[in-house]
Amino acid sequence: MARTKHGPGKEIRSILATDCGSTTTKAILIEKRDGVYRLIVRGEAPTTVEKPFEDVTAGARNAIREIEELTGRKLLGDDGVLTPHKGDTGVDIFLSTSSAGGGLQMMVAGVVKTMTAESAERAALGAGAIVMDAIAVNDGRKPHQKIERIRNLRPDMILLSGGVDGGTKKHVVEIAELIAAAEPKPRLGIGFKLPIIFAGNKDAVPHIEETLGEKMDLRVVPNLRPVLEREVLGPAREEIHNLFMEHVMAQAPGYDKLMKWTPVPIMPTPAAVGSLVEAVGKENGITVIGVDIGGATTDVFSYFKETFNRTVSANLGMSYSICNVLLEAGLDRIKRWLPFKVADAELRNRIRNKMIRPTTIPQTLEELIIEQAISREALAMAFEHHKTLATGLKGIHRGGTMDRFVDQAQVGAESLIDMKDLGLLIGSGGVLSHAPRRIQAALMLIDGFQPEAVTPLAVDSIFMMPQLGVLATVHPQASAQVFDRDCLIRLGTVVAPVGPAPSGREGPVQVVRVKVTLPDGQTLEESAAYGEMKRIPVPEGAKVRLRVEPSRGYDVGAGPGHRVEREVDGGVCGIILDCRGRPLVLPENDAERSAKLLEWFRALDVYPQEPLAGLVES
Amino acid sequence: MAHAYTPGLKVTDNIVLRKERRLPILGEVRVGLGDTVRPDTVVAETELPGDPQTLNAANVLGLLPMEVPSHMLKKEGDKVSEGEVIGRASSLFGLIKRQLKAPCDGTIERISEVSGQVTLREPPVPLQITAYIHGTIVEVLPREGVVIETEGAFIQGIFGVGGETFGTIRFRAAGPDKPLTAADIDDSCRDGIVVGGSLMTGEAIAKAAKVGVRALVAGGIIDTDLVEYLGYDIGVAITGQEDVPTTLIATEGFGPMRMADKTFELLKSLDGYEASVTGATQIRAGVMRPEIIVSGYRAKKKRKAEASAGLVPGTPIRLIREPYFGLLGEVVELPPELVVIETEAKVRILKARLQSGEIVTVPRANVEILES
Repeated sequence: MARTKHGPGKEIRSILATDCGSTTTKAILIEKRDGVYRLIVRGEAPTTVEKPFEDVTAGARNAIREIEELTGRKLLGDDGVLTPHKGDTGVDIFLSTSSAGGGLQMMVAGVVKTMTAESAERAALGAGAIVMDAIAVNDGRKPHQKIERIRNLRPDMILLSGGVDGGTKKHVVEIAELIAAAEPKPRLGIGFKLPIIFAGNKDAVPHIEETLGEKMDLRVVPNLRPVLEREVLGPAREEIHNLFMEHVMAQAPGYDKLMKWTPVPIMPTPAAVGSLVEAVGKENGITVIGVDIGGATTDVFSYFKETFNRTVSANLGMSYSICNVLLEAGLDRIKRWLPFKVADAELRNRIRNKMIRPTTIPQTLEELIIEQAISREALAMAFEHHKTLATGLKGIHRGGTMDRFVDQAQVGAESLIDMKDLGLLIGSGGVLSHAPRRIQAALMLIDGFQPEAVTPLAVDSIFMMPQLGVLATVHPQASAQVFDRDCLIRLGTVVAPVGPAPSGREGPVQVVRVKVTLPDGQTLEESAAYGEMKRIPVPEGAKVRLRVEPSRGYDVGAGPGHRVEREVDGGVCGIILDCRGRPLVLPENDAERSAKLLEWFRALDVYPQEPLAGLVES
Repeated sequence: MAHAYTPGLKVTDNIVLRKERRLPILGEVRVGLGDTVRPDTVVAETELPGDPQTLNAANVLGLLPMEVPSHMLKKEGDKVSEGEVIGRASSLFGLIKRQLKAPCDGTIERISEVSGQVTLREPPVPLQITAYIHGTIVEVLPREGVVIETEGAFIQGIFGVGGETFGTIRFRAAGPDKPLTAADIDDSCRDGIVVGGSLMTGEAIAKAAKVGVRALVAGGIIDTDLVEYLGYDIGVAITGQEDVPTTLIATEGFGPMRMADKTFELLKSLDGYEASVTGATQIRAGVMRPEIIVSGYRAKKKRKAEASAGLVPGTPIRLIREPYFGLLGEVVELPPELVVIETEAKVRILKARLQSGEIVTVPRANVEILES
């Protein structure tokens, strides 16, 4: 049982939680009613970290005041949130997460790029940080380039690792000396010592202390790679979080007050979302991928083979970083998702104008389709980035005489991600959660991630995953119940057979036949040919029995040609058949591609037909 | 929520501004409380530690790391000159001699017996912070900097590149909807801040850089012209550090954009005045917009400064998204209920009367208030 102000043992029935984002602060009220925890109401207000307010609690108060107005309850006192819950006053516990001020920004360093540096990167990402750079002895840069890079970065803290316990100290000390020479300055505050965590070879500790102890705020934790075959990220992650609270949060305006409002440490928003994704995977025994596509960054979380991974594509987002999406994807990759013509210069200007006026929303259908096209590229690139890090450990000696001669650092690690075995794909972030039709969110997720076989899809209805993530640390049951009943909008299930593209000479080739049995016993049947998409609507929220019969050579999860039968959620979009093949390849010819896009949009009822036809004709 | 609106850019002929001028590391403040300063007055200075050079002494001298200290001719803290021999070793009974030479002037900072590296710190680099604006020192932050106060005209742009500069305003715009071309810029614009109309063309930018114009201001800029000027494409809206000869400030956005009338008229009245400008833009985590400050400007008509009432009928606005991008208007109605727009999204809208007289429906998120 979670602890409250009155000590352990008292049941928590009423929970207030905030997430202080870069732009908005969101508050939610959760209560136990009829034995079940449910979301009651939500409030929102602009975040007030910047001038003229410079006090995050002002925005938190405004958001909570909305909840007070909507519920008629008194939740705020002079010193913060009132606890415990008594009648119409107060709540039993208040919690918060934060990504205000750009979140936690770190630099990591290790000896070998694909081994200790990569492990350090995973530790930092798992703690909710944006990793600005990962320095390693063998990262291809000369010492002076590394030094310049360290000097130019203004991280909140540094994580240094390197060397297995008992191994050589030379290289990790070399990196420490580079850092000492560069004298990196913290982002916040002129007179503060930059915190640095050492999580490397324990035999190197005295030398690290001598090199860095005076110039920086040095913390030593157990080696995050004590032997090559094992990664122990927990102690480093915990220390990152401690330092986050001490240094980053304490300097940000008003956080010293906010910290006093809650008995639970404030978590960085991405760490909280990650903890929820991991909890969902563990509790349900499924693999999960979660994505949060924001204005500035896109976070991807995965839980595969009992391993949690998180990456932040700090350069991909839908407003502040939208020009980066254009830069990295290129105009052609964005235009390929548009069934109508837009002049290149016009498209570029619109994207740039969105970057400099980030809070605007699409008003016309044309603008909406363009924005959703951009998001597909951002999601796809962020996922590619994620797959490079969500791997098994590299550099492990796999046994046998010949292996000794193989450069261990180059020994490739298997990707943990297996799209045929994905138990749930969850999307979050404005462009997904606020898509006017849920099928649009489903299609963006499908096009961005290209799930295979049978995969349930969902979106976070109003972005309360951070609050539920921090709640999960003290009350997993409440968190799980609200997540299941109020947070997740189940979009439905996509069936995507994997198999060879037909030569084209045979005419339409049927690749799958599907039978859906509804709760009342009624059955629906549908089949689809290669290149087609179809949608089988089912009553909203219904659990249905799905039977998928792939044609010979096509795999829907049980091997080529083998049938799959399972119970799935129909969600709000129903069962979506995606027979476009994997990897998804769009026709090169503009007219053909436009025709195909329109065919799919029509089949799935993605956009209003008449206005769409008007756009294509003009 | 009554106060939820997109604050617009500030364009005013009279404002009191405070600017904080801080060193990145501790140093010395060179002015005092009450002092009057100019844009180029040095208000604080410090020395940035010189670049460190790491020398792989163990490799060069053919030694084990732990042997390096005993073969160094200089110790930690010693000053050395470029080319000076600072370490020596010999092998094969003295037949092979190796030397470690200093690659530059500097001070020996560290000799490591663990890594075998020697760190040489180059001489410190002086750094000065100027006042940037005309004004008076109203606060001294010991060893860090100052706060300067000034009163005058203030114009914010939407996006810019290039850092701080100052000069005399040269108003060259034929009209708020007329582009600025190379022909509008001549030698009299040298060291000045040239103001155009709807667009700074690529050729105007090139001419400005050639002539020595300190800054260019216009309604819009074509993104390919910007890419050509910078030599690279911009990914995120964090600017101000570009190594460019002329600072650029767009007041409205990308593409040819009619300059807002208020901005245009104010800049016209500032012709001949000295202005401090910066193109620095940061949209996230600490919003910064490019700005033009004219200290000491006295508006012809004194107006009482009014706190913005937010969006109410009569509020002047600019529409900032398609299909009405850049158009100016005034709020007519603010329906409280959510309305379904063309995208099928249900949003808060307002009704606005455009300058043409047409009444349009626009999401509230897609307008900005014309601040005064």
